[in-house]
Amino acid sequence: MEFPEGLKYSKEHEWVLVEGNTATIGITEFAQEELGDIVYVELPEVGEKVVKDDPFGAVESVKAVSDVYAPVGGTVLEVNDVLPDNPETINDDPYGDGWMIRVEMTDEEDLKDLMTAEEYAEYVEQQKEDEDEEEEEDEAEDEEEK
Amino acid sequence: MKRTPLYGAHRRAGAKMVEFAGWEMPVQYSGVIDEHVAVRTRAGLFDVSHMGEIVIRGPGALELCQKISANDVSRMKLQQAQYNLLMNEKGGIVDDVIFYQIEPNHFLICVNASNSDKDFAWIEEHAEGNVELENASSRYAQLALQGPLAEKILQPLTSVRLNEIAPFFFSFGEVSSIRCLVARTGYTGEDGFELYCDSVEAERLWKTLLASGVPMGLEPAGLGARDTLRLEKAYPLYGHELDDTTTPLEAGLEWVTKLAKGPFVGREVLLKQKQEGIRRKLVGLELLDPGIARSEYTLFKNGRSVGRVTSGTKSPTLGKAIALAYVAIDEACLDNTIEVEIRGRKTRAKIVPLPFYRR
Repeated sequence: MEFPEGLKYSKEHEWVLVEGNTATIGITEFAQEELGDIVYVELPEVGEKVVKDDPFGAVESVKAVSDVYAPVGGTVLEVNDVLPDNPETINDDPYGDGWMIRVEMTDEEDLKDLMTAEEYAEYVEQQKEDEDEEEEEDEAEDEEEK
Repeated sequence: MKRTPLYGAHRRAGAKMVEFAGWEMPVQYSGVIDEHVAVRTRAGLFDVSHMGEIVIRGPGALELCQKISANDVSRMKLQQAQYNLLMNEKGGIVDDVIFYQIEPNHFLICVNASNSDKDFAWIEEHAEGNVELENASSRYAQLALQGPLAEKILQPLTSVRLNEIAPFFFSFGEVSSIRCLVARTGYTGEDGFELYCDSVEAERLWKTLLASGVPMGLEPAGLGARDTLRLEKAYPLYGHELDDTTTPLEAGLEWVTKLAKGPFVGREVLLKQKQEGIRRKLVGLELLDPGIARSEYTLFKNGRSVGRVTSGTKSPTLGKAIALAYVAIDEACLDNTIEVEIRGRKTRAKIVPLPFYRR
């Protein structure tokens, strides 16, 4: 699984690319894989304000809907027009063509509690380990049953 | 959480597991859309061993079945299957089930996993006379082989002449030397079979079917695809379209409800409802604006709340957002445009004929 260097990552599995005062936001490879086939994307309008840690949009798989949280606050400069008609772009290229919105950041302090690629990789690994531990416990139980 | 005998096989196949009705079940293997398309165009194999099985037998079996259900069980032929509803005193639906008539006065009832204990207690409560009841749920595993290639995949593995089994009939036989009840039934809207076997044989049957079918395009399929497939066909799902408070007349299941067959639990309420008219009705919706309607979203017409969504998804076959919903009877006419509130935004939807998909 890929976590490009140079991006910042949130605990809710969004990524941010910071260029000056502008932040490009999307969801991570881990997030898209957990969701499965994405069939609908809801995005804000250009000019709307997004608030750090509040939902700014949603991604929907055939099964369920998930909110996408703003890792930084600001004003929406641009939204990815490709997504409404081709939501699967997020599955195919989460860090590239699958970007969601571009915002003008109001407060650079917002970046402080985001993770580096290395930190996020550890965070995802931890989440997977938690799952694996459950699995191992399961398998141990299975053995006992036998 | 409960597990089917195939839990290990699912894990090894890389399935994503979820909790469903107290069971740890595979929701997807390769992906919901891919599995959905496989079932519509080739074939899919589902583990549905979480479903419950209840046996009713003995001289009073037919009489009991007639009393507890809405459909006319006396019209079933031997080795026929019948979609039926277990009814409560208020005309509500205890469960939607399939009856299999194995012999005269010997029935196997396939019930929803979430309801199997409730159903069994409820049948016991109504049983009188000479009948024997068994909750056989843990004895049986059930695999559903569904899709246009199902017969081609299954036939080389069995001496049962599959082309002689009509839809909603079944036969007993061996599939690769595993004794099975082979029924031409399903929940996907495609041709296919549901195979009931002893739990201990489940993994061998699963592997045999995959080994035979994968070269023809068979894929293991999970509950995610099972849900999108049934929804395109507008098959109800208990807990969504049906529950203890919805009646068959409201749910569009009048065809299952044989009011003239004689007394059964809830019949008086249904006769009265039929005479007075229903106040809400299950309809199909197609969204006219972007968005996906989900279970429990509210419906509006001219600012007034007129109903709620019970199930919704983006149909992989049709490429449109579809939903089932209960709508006030005065708004429940074809082509009527109403609004669904999706996360605070009103989205237009049109009432369309059911099913959404026909093969």
